[in-house]
Amino acid sequence: MSAPLHARGLAALAAGLAKREFSSVELTRHLLGRLEAAQPQLNAMVSITGEAALAAAARADGALASGKAGPLTGLPIVHKDIFCTEGVRTTCGSRMLDSFVSPYDATVVANLKAAGTVMLGKANMDEFAMGSSNETSWFGPVKNPWNPAMVPGGSSGGSAAVVGARLAPAATATDTGGSIRQPAALTGVTGLKPTYGRVSRYGMIAFASSLDQAGVIAPSAEDCAMLLGAMAGFDPRDSTSVDAPVPDYTAALATGVKGLRIGIVKEFFDKGLDAQNGERLRAAFAEFEKLGATLVDVSLPNVGLSVPTYYVVAPAECSSNLARFDGVRFGHRCEDPKDLLDLYKRSRGEGFGAEVKRRIMTGTYVLSAGYYDAYYLKAQRVRQLISADFSRAFERVDVLMGPTSPTPAFELGAKTADPVTMYLNDIYTIGANLAGVPALSVPCGFVDDLPVGLQLIGPHFSEGKLLAAAHAFQQATDWHTRIPKVWQ
Amino acid sequence: MSVNRKDIENIAHLARLSLREEEVAGYVETLGNILDMVGQLDRAETGGIEPMAHPLAGLAQRLRADEVTEADRHGLYQQNAPRVEAGLYIVPRVIE
Repeated sequence: MSAPLHARGLAALAAGLAKREFSSVELTRHLLGRLEAAQPQLNAMVSITGEAALAAAARADGALASGKAGPLTGLPIVHKDIFCTEGVRTTCGSRMLDSFVSPYDATVVANLKAAGTVMLGKANMDEFAMGSSNETSWFGPVKNPWNPAMVPGGSSGGSAAVVGARLAPAATATDTGGSIRQPAALTGVTGLKPTYGRVSRYGMIAFASSLDQAGVIAPSAEDCAMLLGAMAGFDPRDSTSVDAPVPDYTAALATGVKGLRIGIVKEFFDKGLDAQNGERLRAAFAEFEKLGATLVDVSLPNVGLSVPTYYVVAPAECSSNLARFDGVRFGHRCEDPKDLLDLYKRSRGEGFGAEVKRRIMTGTYVLSAGYYDAYYLKAQRVRQLISADFSRAFERVDVLMGPTSPTPAFELGAKTADPVTMYLNDIYTIGANLAGVPALSVPCGFVDDLPVGLQLIGPHFSEGKLLAAAHAFQQATDWHTRIPKVWQ
Repeated sequence: MSVNRKDIENIAHLARLSLREEEVAGYVETLGNILDMVGQLDRAETGGIEPMAHPLAGLAQRLRADEVTEADRHGLYQQNAPRVEAGLYIVPRVIE
């Protein structure tokens, strides 16, 4: 008795398609049905593009029949609504882009299209990727598939919820300060933020350009490896894209963890970490030891300043990036502007939500005359110290491990009143963005029936090593195969 | 670090954001809290430390050949514009 289609990983689905056990059209129709049915409960999607998906699936079936298929041909996926998709509405979770239809594809979208994947639609997200609970979306909050009273995390909450409920076998996502890893942890799936520059940001709506990176959310590390290989690579259209060959991430999975030196980050086991979360993490470390890895205590003395550093750097960059939304060339425009200033101010005041406006204003403030040195340059100097902490640690160990988030999923509305409380959710994830290093979250247990995530962080361009370590753990445990009962 | 209503109104003007009256009070409080939190940075000793603007230091920005690579697609792009006439973006009169 084989598992239902939606419960299978990408590799198993690819094998089924290759053997013609089922067609891409059948698989796509099955998942579209699940996405539509789940929408009233989870609100995980902004757009479901059924007709285009079925047409793409039919083309994939043609390629499979004629022997022209690649390893991803016919596999359905969801894109976070931050990626531009040609001819398809692209909102970034904002009223500002409510009716924006992109005239071109992001490179990530184009690469995955060229690899033969089938786009099912666009996932809901925090507005302009600013949030840790998916409650800032203009299209309403996404619910956690493990318990709809809880948040799914953010900003890639829609991508994570879709995969957590097995409405799609994988989703693209982005991570500026934890936005892939934290929702992956809170929904019990695997999420990888690659090295800064590894995946093209062309056509990915910019939030904070020195931090933003595209990645993937899927049930397992094996699934993530398959997709990353097709997404990554040099792109002349992104000036920060790194011109380095893309390794075979799937082949790297077999490396295992024997002899791997794992640094346990001392500062991450602070009073902010939920005690039961800590227990699940220690059990996971023991599992790695059993698999032949060595544990070493490591200190990142400046990592405690990650959140304040981030909340200068990221808002500063966002205030500059979001200046392009002026109500003139695209996006929301107010009614009857009396002059150009009124047009700018009211279009932006109406088009942006409360959190986005807060970040633009924070950024404007820290960049303004008289404050630039005290805030922005100071934060960039502390960023250097945090980055150096990581470099020093990686002289002694191969990977770092710790929690992904301080607690499991929290209730909707619990942290919306005080932004600083919300920002502290990302206390363990932001360091990797500041240093530009890759990091991954894997499910490692449950607390009160809610998933817990373990974070792995590696040196620049060590995605293969992180995926291999996560894969070894997932061969020995079954946390990543758990599906919420109602979505089985 | 506290900010008052006047500060918020000034920042909002610089950022070209209209705020409703009731939004201003909320931002006085929350921006004040954020700046307090950011104040922790003063704890760090950063004498002689270079500011870090980019996580992949040492990588130079590339230059491309000065050649036309894009086709003219302004008609397509302007389909997203709020107001267009004769291929031009329309805004309120700027010059009297």
